[in-house]
Amino acid sequence: MTRFILVLIMSVFIAQNVYAADNFLGVPRFKGVEPIKNALYQANCAECHFAYFPGLLPARSWRDLMAPKSLENHFGDNAELDEMDRRMITNFLVNNAADDSHYKRSIKIRRSIADGDVPVRITKVPYIKRKHSEIPDRLIRGNPKVRSLSYCLNCHTQAASKGVFDDDTVFIKGYGEWDD
Amino acid sequence: MRLNQFIIVCLCCLFMANTASANVIPEMVEGFQAQGASVGDADAGEALWKKKFMVEGKARSCQSCHTLDLTKAGSHIRTGKIIEPMAPSVTLTRFSEVKKVHKWFRRNCKWVLSRECSIQEKVDILLFLQKQ
Repeated sequence: MTRFILVLIMSVFIAQNVYAADNFLGVPRFKGVEPIKNALYQANCAECHFAYFPGLLPARSWRDLMAPKSLENHFGDNAELDEMDRRMITNFLVNNAADDSHYKRSIKIRRSIADGDVPVRITKVPYIKRKHSEIPDRLIRGNPKVRSLSYCLNCHTQAASKGVFDDDTVFIKGYGEWDD
Repeated sequence: MRLNQFIIVCLCCLFMANTASANVIPEMVEGFQAQGASVGDADAGEALWKKKFMVEGKARSCQSCHTLDLTKAGSHIRTGKIIEPMAPSVTLTRFSEVKKVHKWFRRNCKWVLSRECSIQEKVDILLFLQKQ
């Protein structure tokens, strides 16, 4: 019986570690945004850009972005989708949005946005803006290897794989590591 | 013996599933023709490919992002996104999915022509692309 309980506890422990973005001495830490992936979202959105994790925006922002009218003019491009795909992708984004996430960055993102605001650009989220405010423009927009704050992966080396955006994982292309 | 046959059938199925990325242009052209498009004309497709449309004060055409030498990669004139060569002879995975072709026709026709393309225009463009 004791052995059974031990095995049970171990399983829960292991399962938690798999679920967490990272862990510290085996204790899970939800420190970035949830690095959740979805095949349909990847297939349709990552054709053009990094499939931004749902936890980077609140649900109301995703709903706004994914509305048929919005997709017709998606930041200057047409990104219309098959209606069934549009609904399924919207559901994925809304269900995993920052609102109910227990990941640190998602919590900070949602707390930084005023109640009535519906930011559709991740780069306009107050928390994201603040975190990047000290970086000179020449390293971002003036840097041909980065070009814009929108290209997370040009500097955040562990964003795509782990949803981690910590300072010590930043490497600004054409410049180097960043310490603030 | 029975088991062996079963395994062989399984392997064949796997093989067919793996090689199912065939070019869908002939099938799509037939589909559009069944809806009333004519035989089509690759030259008309080429002309449309090069034709410039004014949008927000700037000229846009298919070739502005996809280039005219379709065996070469293009880049999006606004975002700089690298676009793999359109030529099915170079990019073997091009035109392997009907749904994807429909999706990009819809997006790109509206972005360049400010309207959806007619089925005839789609046939012409597909015939032009098929030759590359």
